[in-house]
Amino acid sequence: MSSLFDPLLVVILLLNLFVLGASRLRAVIGASALQGVCLGILTITAHAEITLEVIAVAVVAVAVKAVVIPRLLYKAMRDVAIVRDVEPLIGLIPSLVIGALGTTFSVIFSQTLPLVAAQQGSLILPSSFATVLTGCVVLTTRRKAITQVVGYLILENGIFIMGLALLDAMPFLVEVGVLLDLFVAIFVMAIIINHVSREFASTDAAELTALKE
Amino acid sequence: MTLADLAQVIAKVVVILVVPPFLLGVIARTKARMAGRVGPPLLQPYHDLRKLFAKDSVLSSTTTWVFLAGPAVALVGALVAAALVPVGDGRALWAFDGDFIALAYVLGLSRFFTMAAALDTGSSFEGMGAAREATFACLAEPAFILGLLAIARATGTLSLSSFLGPALAHQWSVAGASLVLVAAGLLLVLLAENSRIPVDDPGTHLELTMIHEVMVLDHGGPLLGVILYGAATKLFVFAALLVRIVIPLDHPAWLVWAAFLAGLVAVAIAIGVIESTMARLRLPHVPALLLSGCLFCALAIVLLVR
Amino acid sequence: MIGCLIAVAVLLASAALALLAGRHGRAPTVIAAVGTAIAAGVALPGAIDALTGAAPVELVVTWAPPIDQLRFGLDPLSAFFVIPLAVLGVICGIYGAFYLDDQRARRWLAAPACFYNVLVAAMLLVLLARDAIGLLVGWEVMTFASYFLVVFDHAQLEVRQAGWVYLVASHLGLACMLCSFLLLGGHGLGFGDMRSHPPGGATAVVAGVLGLVGFGVKAGIVPVHVWLPEAHAAAPSHVSALMSGIMIKLGLYGILRTITFVGPALPWGPVLLGLGVTGALVGIALALYQRDLKRALAYSSVENIGIILIGLGVGLWGAENDHPAVAALGMCGGLFHIWSHVIMKGLMFLGAGSLLHGAGTRDLEQLGGLARRMPRTSALLVLGGVAIAALPPLAGFAGEWLIYLGLAHGGTEAAPGSGLLLLFAVAAMATVGVMAVLCFVRLIGIGLLGQPRSGAAARAHESGGGLLGPIAVLAAAVIAMPFVWPLLLGALEPVIEQVTLARPDTAIVRQTLAPIAILGGVLWVGVGIAMVAIRRLVRRRRAAETWGCGYLAPTARMQYSGASFAEGIHRLLPRLLRARITARPSADLFPSPGQLSADRQDPFTRAAYEPLLDRGARRFGQLRWVQQGLLHVYILYIVLAVVVVVAIVSLRDYWVLP
Repeated sequence: MSSLFDPLLVVILLLNLFVLGASRLRAVIGASALQGVCLGILTITAHAEITLEVIAVAVVAVAVKAVVIPRLLYKAMRDVAIVRDVEPLIGLIPSLVIGALGTTFSVIFSQTLPLVAAQQGSLILPSSFATVLTGCVVLTTRRKAITQVVGYLILENGIFIMGLALLDAMPFLVEVGVLLDLFVAIFVMAIIINHVSREFASTDAAELTALKE
Repeated sequence: MTLADLAQVIAKVVVILVVPPFLLGVIARTKARMAGRVGPPLLQPYHDLRKLFAKDSVLSSTTTWVFLAGPAVALVGALVAAALVPVGDGRALWAFDGDFIALAYVLGLSRFFTMAAALDTGSSFEGMGAAREATFACLAEPAFILGLLAIARATGTLSLSSFLGPALAHQWSVAGASLVLVAAGLLLVLLAENSRIPVDDPGTHLELTMIHEVMVLDHGGPLLGVILYGAATKLFVFAALLVRIVIPLDHPAWLVWAAFLAGLVAVAIAIGVIESTMARLRLPHVPALLLSGCLFCALAIVLLVR
Repeated sequence: MIGCLIAVAVLLASAALALLAGRHGRAPTVIAAVGTAIAAGVALPGAIDALTGAAPVELVVTWAPPIDQLRFGLDPLSAFFVIPLAVLGVICGIYGAFYLDDQRARRWLAAPACFYNVLVAAMLLVLLARDAIGLLVGWEVMTFASYFLVVFDHAQLEVRQAGWVYLVASHLGLACMLCSFLLLGGHGLGFGDMRSHPPGGATAVVAGVLGLVGFGVKAGIVPVHVWLPEAHAAAPSHVSALMSGIMIKLGLYGILRTITFVGPALPWGPVLLGLGVTGALVGIALALYQRDLKRALAYSSVENIGIILIGLGVGLWGAENDHPAVAALGMCGGLFHIWSHVIMKGLMFLGAGSLLHGAGTRDLEQLGGLARRMPRTSALLVLGGVAIAALPPLAGFAGEWLIYLGLAHGGTEAAPGSGLLLLFAVAAMATVGVMAVLCFVRLIGIGLLGQPRSGAAARAHESGGGLLGPIAVLAAAVIAMPFVWPLLLGALEPVIEQVTLARPDTAIVRQTLAPIAILGGVLWVGVGIAMVAIRRLVRRRRAAETWGCGYLAPTARMQYSGASFAEGIHRLLPRLLRARITARPSADLFPSPGQLSADRQDPFTRAAYEPLLDRGARRFGQLRWVQQGLLHVYILYIVLAVVVVVAIVSLRDYWVLP
């Protein structure tokens, strides 16, 4: 692993916190796109030898996470004509605090895991857990359906990072599979949001309470 | 098969076919005598049968083949039952292990079709008879089976011809109390199954009091003749069982036969006496009577098994 | 055995084809019926081979861990159940094709056709499985396929509720079965492993009881039978026939398997005998006053399962206590009664279906007079009624006869304590027999005879050959069985040997069956002659209205109804088993309006299950606040759960290491 690795992971952690603290929708989507770019670079730096498959995966990752999906989201944002604000349920400062606590928690948890020597000091696992937690927090505490999609995106980013940690064990097919899964899920969500907004004139997930008895 | 055996078989067949209506005549005569009347001739039932078979029939337009099957199956069932019961010298025409259960079920087959024929007429009266018959059969059957089981347990065999034979004579001295209880229970079953007082009154035609009589209201002419004959045979079957339990002789042959026939007449006279001296029980009390029959037989088993 | 596997494949393929045939008129049901017929034809020779002692063939399929291997094969016990499954499966399949035919314009018939074949395939799979996983998978598929068949008429509320009860009961049973297998499968989940490593002591008892309860739910053992009347009454008639005929016998198959695994740790003989007597008495008592024809038949199934258990129980008792005659008679009786009940119940349910098809209702109080309007269906139903009431000369009597003799032999030979119980069991069976006669005379007499009690019955029309043909085949089997059985005894020996671990002495069974065959012949000949003679005697006849001792104008409403017929015995039943009747009679001297309603709910549901479940529902209702309906809250629950688990796992080291 080259020396770009750890700084990139730190950038990803910072982007997590940015997503938690930002109040404008465009910023949030842009941050997740930037995370995608970082992940693409990470893929290349993570592999010891750079083969064609590695470059292919990195390019696809950047394409899907940084280009296609954010464009989908921007388009959805325009079509739905919503207020371009993240509407949080618990306030931005508390979200930030939770994000920070989550990152700390991830670091502690990684220390307690019985890791291989090569991975002991690395930041991969903490950043993976932290990203997953961030995604969960966004999913839980944001009202709008689009922000929930972004939260899911960040969740998948975290899983992707974990995949990089298991590089020797994880065949390429799985990495590509994760990307495909992400793509399909986001696609479906975008369609659903479109339909929901058309049917109910609102994509406020807090109003979708038909499941309550 | 020797000549003596062949003679026995023929004698049994003749007795089974000929004697049953005579028992009805004896009962009628006894009741008349006890009421201070002269009463009909002893052979009157035969004349009745001959008269009935000569008549035309009137069949209800509601009825179907089941109406005709009722008397047919009742008769066949009664005759097969008579073939299974020890007659005369203590052996039945046909004996095998467990034949007492077959006896109960063949009579059950007759009962099934008699009740179906009653329901076939579409009359509430006959339906009522069938319902009552069904209810009381549910109580009489366990008593019957328990009584015979007690004797089976006492003698250790499973065929009517064996456990109502010589082994039973010995049991009277060993387990007399149980056998008295069994005889009492089987007497109650006889009264219930053959529609005698105190369970049913064969001479009445009032709605409140009929069970068997009412089931055959629409059968007339030859059909009624068949039913009458079948009922007589059924009475013969139960009476034969009772006689063999009380008089389980084995030899010499002429004494056994004489005792058997005399016993049958005695049972008929006893029925006549019971019918003359007792009134019919109110219907809600009949289950209690039959249940006591069950309990007699159950108690007999408990006493034997102890 | 290969034949059976091919049969499973054929059934599944025809099910898929039927689905694809979709909306094209009769095609789906025809494809499914043809598939069933081919499958039965292919499966039967293999099963017969397995019963007559051919070498067992096993198919091993490797799977991913943790299952590793799935084994399929036929041993005599399985083959014994495959034969009636094949026979009844094809007959009900053909019947079903005709039965549903007149609904093909309104309903999508490919679904029931497909699910029927899947059901038969799943039942075959359950019988072919030689390890617990295969059996459970087949069981679950069987449950779901039959559920979808049961709720075919899902437009009616009772049908939906019946399906729900069935699903819940089946899965509770499955849970018990699963626990039982897990307890027995310490050394591997294959049947061979479970058999050669029986557990000891308390584990065996718990596993045996759980297996008995789990399989007992499917078999319809009292008190876990409450789903049976609901589901079997709600399903279409050919499905009811299949379910009541063979599916509940798979519960018995499971119990017999559990007995082979658990062994003598539990006193199986007395347990099965006790359950059998209870089930028989309760089943027939509840069947007596049912108003719905199919519900009454379902309760009769409960009763017959009780009788089969009595037979198996006394057979096992005989095997344990060294009475070879009792063992042979009891086991043969129980096994024969399984086969005869498959045919008889199939006959009755298919006949009831034909009745429903012709008269449009299965409410006993609205039927009547059908013997003139539907003569062939009525004749077959009368035959079936006589058979199920276990009267000679038909199949039902022969099976019970062997059980009776097993009990009687045991009762007369055994020690005082057990002898007494066996003798009282005989009396109980005799009572059950008489009550069965009452029940079926009621169903036949009120339903078929007399005058029609409603317009629908008056307008009834006879069913076509497609419905009557299968019923006639079953009727022929019912007539022929008592004569054929002495020849089939050899086939039962390996089955009994597998369960009781001792070769049975079937000579005494043959000896016992011979008089019954003769009795049957005598009765048939006698009744034939008597009917001919009587027809001659009543040659000079004229028709008139029913005399009824002088009623001038009888009407259909004056006839005895089903409720009146059963009232006498109903009053004698224990209070628990009776229907709940609320009556407000007219209090005046002169006729004024009165009111009566009868609630015929199953007394076990009314007294035990419903109050228990209601109380449970109220308690759990207090936890409703957990369900907020908001997506965020649900994701929060997931996240919290993950965090808690992670914390526990990571902090566990700190607890352990000081």
